Amino acid sequence: MSDLLGLTAATQAELIASGEVSGAEVFEFWRGRAAEDDLGAYLWVEEETPADPGRLPPVAVKDLFCVEGVPSSAGSRILEGYLPVYTATSVRNLQEAGAAVLGKTNQDEFAMGSSNENSGFGPVQNPWDRGRVPGGSSGGSAAAVAAGTAPWAIGTDTGGSIRQPASLCGIVGLKPTYGAVSRYGMIAFASSLDQCGPLTRDVTDAALMLRALEGRDPCDSTSLGLPEAVTLPSAERLDGLRFGAWGLAEEGLDPGVAEVCRRTLDRIEELGGGVQEIELPSAGHGISAYYVVAPAEASANLARYDGVRYGYRSPHYDDLLGMYENTRAEGFGEEVKRRIMIGTYALSSGYYEAYYGTAQKVRSKIAQDFAAAFEQVDFVVTPTSPTVAFELGERTADPLAMYLSDYFTVPMPLAGIPAVSIPCGLSEGLPVGFQIAGPAFSESRILDAAYALERTIGFEGVPVP
Amino acid sequence: MTEAVRQYEPVIGIEIHVQLATRTKMFCGCELSFGEEPNTRTCPVCLAHPGVLPVTNAEAVHFGLMIGLALGCEIAPSSIFHRKNYFYPDSPKAYQISQYDIPLCTGGRLGDVRIHRVHLEEDAAKLVHAGSSGRIHGAESSVVDFNRCGTPLVEIVTEPDLRSAAEAAEFGRLLQATLRRMGVSDVNMEEGSLRVDANVSIRPAGQASFGTKTELKNMNSFRFLERGIEAEVARQEQLLAEGGTIQQETLHFDPEAGSLTSLRSKEEAHDYRYFPEPDLVPMAPTEEMLVRARAALPELPAARAERLERELELPADTAKLLSFRSELGDFYETALAADSDHPRRLANWTINELTAAVGDGDPADTKLEPPVLARLVAMVADKQVSASAAREVLAVLIAKGGDPAQVIEAQGLGRAGEEELGDIVDRAIADNPDAVEKIRAGKQQAIGALVGAVMRETKGRADGGEVQQMIRAKLGE
Repeated sequence: MSDLLGLTAATQAELIASGEVSGAEVFEFWRGRAAEDDLGAYLWVEEETPADPGRLPPVAVKDLFCVEGVPSSAGSRILEGYLPVYTATSVRNLQEAGAAVLGKTNQDEFAMGSSNENSGFGPVQNPWDRGRVPGGSSGGSAAAVAAGTAPWAIGTDTGGSIRQPASLCGIVGLKPTYGAVSRYGMIAFASSLDQCGPLTRDVTDAALMLRALEGRDPCDSTSLGLPEAVTLPSAERLDGLRFGAWGLAEEGLDPGVAEVCRRTLDRIEELGGGVQEIELPSAGHGISAYYVVAPAEASANLARYDGVRYGYRSPHYDDLLGMYENTRAEGFGEEVKRRIMIGTYALSSGYYEAYYGTAQKVRSKIAQDFAAAFEQVDFVVTPTSPTVAFELGERTADPLAMYLSDYFTVPMPLAGIPAVSIPCGLSEGLPVGFQIAGPAFSESRILDAAYALERTIGFEGVPVP
Repeated sequence: MTEAVRQYEPVIGIEIHVQLATRTKMFCGCELSFGEEPNTRTCPVCLAHPGVLPVTNAEAVHFGLMIGLALGCEIAPSSIFHRKNYFYPDSPKAYQISQYDIPLCTGGRLGDVRIHRVHLEEDAAKLVHAGSSGRIHGAESSVVDFNRCGTPLVEIVTEPDLRSAAEAAEFGRLLQATLRRMGVSDVNMEEGSLRVDANVSIRPAGQASFGTKTELKNMNSFRFLERGIEAEVARQEQLLAEGGTIQQETLHFDPEAGSLTSLRSKEEAHDYRYFPEPDLVPMAPTEEMLVRARAALPELPAARAERLERELELPADTAKLLSFRSELGDFYETALAADSDHPRRLANWTINELTAAVGDGDPADTKLEPPVLARLVAMVADKQVSASAAREVLAVLIAKGGDPAQVIEAQGLGRAGEEELGDIVDRAIADNPDAVEKIRAGKQQAIGALVGAVMRETKGRADGGEVQQMIRAKLGE
């Protein structure tokens, strides 16, 4: 049975379909693997094999997703022990497709972070180097897939929270088009940016999972689903496709990462694709706009954690205001409090136009940049992260340095467009991620191109022994 | 101080919140609550559990469009919701989803008053404070009932076009009647399905610019609205007379004490940090939605009053009463359809005799059928039955139903015939020689004694005027 460890989710699904193994055996295997996690990747692991485990391997679910009766805390002490009374649509879609919930994975508190060090329940170690971060905020999901304690996982991406940890852990991470996957039951961070997506061992698994996840949901007014069913990728060549490379000359891009990405551009040309440099004049302001819009929305989204109805309530209070203040002061971590304050300030009367208004204008500009780019090219490609996995504690004292981890991933959610990160090689012995973004609803085409590249790159090393 | 000597002119605008009578809440599938056990009409969405999302209630949008069209507003091609942020236990999300700078409807008019805007939002939960104060400060404990939380609300804001407390109350009643007629709300002020705030300022008569306004919150009847505005206008006048200045503040009117207390000043005003609600897409009414909303509009009270006055020549007050209480108007017009000969008399019977019997109730809920009322009124007009006897007949018809002629027959209430009446009059003349003497001596008032005797004898089945004529004829006057 240990040979399941080396197989992709899609291959395991084939084995279940052919009757070579049962769904229960597959579930049991992965339950055992998850129970052995020693990276801090899991916050909760299912103890019982479900009566009907389904025809897909089980899935590790970021703690941010509500699962009925299963602890769901979004990595926050303020929701410690909270048991949802309903299940997120995305998780239900996976269950209905035959993937049972394997466990809940660690994350930065309320998805705010790029290293998983902001979790209320401790950090996650990168399986490639236990002294380094797995990235974030979906750090637990990425580490679990990379370490082989989960066959696949879901995470959420607001400014890079799927793609950046996928990059740092050497796996595939897809952020779908805004609206492709229902947000109902995903504990909100920044509502206009949050999107659920797969973290998988390869591109085919990402497509297989996206097929189950996507769909219009009557419980989410902003959901649309995808206009066409997701096809499994099959491209071997990239003939006729034009790739616009962005950001390789950026200051702050690690030379080793740049080198691996340049080699990947060569691979594109070897496969028949065209590569050209592309300008995204406003994308460089993405981080600034993001750190106004996302905290602003978060300041309202996180206001409901007041100790009145569920979750943590401070024992120290004399009156209503004291209960609110102490509950939130004690329940939230430092980064969450920082962003609530930034967001509250940005929305304040007298500052709204200067901050929120300006940020929304930058957002429109970035969307226009991409629209213009997609008139010239089929895809925009960038490094996913400016660096490989950094050391635990390296950036915790410097929030701005931490924020810049998302430099290449923030523009896409601001524009609402899909992007995938695939591993494209190693630098200093650590994985480098390559990002491919396309126009809204181009997931199948992005995954097809990523698949062709993945085959020629032949990245190995996951699961990390 | 009377209106005539007033140096200051009040300027009043009102804001009305109306709970919509939809089946479910504004942003979730919970049914609306009508006094159910606390916290039984709730779900993860209206309790603001983690991860939930709002979905706009299509019926509430439909009602909002009906109201906008009824008030002659411009309907926004695309309007959006905002989040209005504040911490309070009645708001589980800690923000209210409301409309801000792009409301569903703008402009419009009802009667002489211009409508500024109409927008959709959600109601808060209900707080119950234990302890003597009845308010959150000083309460021993407070509990929250989330049944009301998320009930659809429409807020209607007027321009500052009202110039007296009485005008404000009158406008409020017209708006209430209009909304009730449309069936979009129960508009019950005591139960809080209609709530009124007033913005009040005064200015020297003839001045074009407005003075500083204060806001009077949540008066739960139009009578209290009127008294509250009067008290506030008086307070502002006195303040200015003493050389003081008006502070912008929110006030609470205590109808029992007749006093005003400040809830908060401008400095204490909240910064609600409004921003567009990212969980909802813009509301863009389609042509079909507008057609459907327009088709759902009944004839509205103002139009009905105008029609009744014009077509049936009813007095303005009568036409208004029949229109503002549409159940009376409906009963009246159904009766009129059965017999259209006596519109005025029928209207008087409806608003006087019928309302005396049913109070605030709906006459359609009694045993009386509208055509039966028309028949009874026709019999009065044709002098087949006297007015006073007809009132007795009406009481029987309301309680038991049936046909007026049969009731008259059964109870012996038919009008006394000429022969019978002649005999009775002869007897009265014979029995009251003193009175006859006085009449002949020119004391006309003395005829009352004879008429009274006849009326006693006929038990009200005769008409006083007719009896008087007959007496005079018999006495050769």
